[in-house]
Amino acid sequence: MANLNIKDRQTNDVTILDLSGKITIGEGSVQLREAVRRQLDEGHKKILLNLGDVSYVDSSGIGELVSSYTTTNHNGGQLKLLNQTKKIHDLLTITKLLTVFESFDNEEAAVASFK
Amino acid sequence: MTETIELSINSKLEFVDLVASVTKSVTAKMGFSEDDASWIELAVHEAVINAIMHGNRNAADKQVDVRFVTEEEALTVYVRDHGAGFDPAHLPDPTDSDHLLNPSGRGIFYMRTFMDEVEHSIHPEGGSVVRMKKNKRGN
Repeated sequence: MANLNIKDRQTNDVTILDLSGKITIGEGSVQLREAVRRQLDEGHKKILLNLGDVSYVDSSGIGELVSSYTTTNHNGGQLKLLNQTKKIHDLLTITKLLTVFESFDNEEAAVASFK
Repeated sequence: MTETIELSINSKLEFVDLVASVTKSVTAKMGFSEDDASWIELAVHEAVINAIMHGNRNAADKQVDVRFVTEEEALTVYVRDHGAGFDPAHLPDPTDSDHLLNPSGRGIFYMRTFMDEVEHSIHPEGGSVVRMKKNKRGN
């Protein structure tokens, strides 16, 4: 399975994870889980997932987005989405998850939205 | 004219991309729209993953058989595992508020959403078969 590449950067106190590649069962989902876990362990609790370069997501990848969201919430943090692709938008809409995630098309607005 | 393409893979996730490549070739050859082709690819991907994980329970020596039957106006894909049988009838609705934040359980829901027909059955020689049909639209 193709990999998911994840790069992290900080803007103010928000951690932006730039994702590129596939979030699918196996490696991609595990990489996302570990990246979010690492940020939370380091005390970074404002996490923005930039999905603009994600080429493919399956049901496991959608499940991992949900897990990342709930794990972050349980740790007293916030996880939001940036630059959803049309496919991810469609998959979230169909499973009624669109209302669960706070989502942005503009990075500045997304960063500013964290309290 | 009906044409058939068949392939069998061992139950390893690394082979799932191989099935995706064949799916892409078949849908491109049939002239499905880009959108429909990508949703068919996802549905087949989900069916193969289910066959590997839930049907064959990750037993690498067990095969997953994938058969594409192409007609002028429709594609039918059969995905068979060689496990103990799998009954999707009792799966919870992933859009139900009680299950909305479950980390899994959306694969079959996506298959049913993106394909025109999805039917699960037990193969007479053992294992489960999912049959998925997608009709070509005026694209």
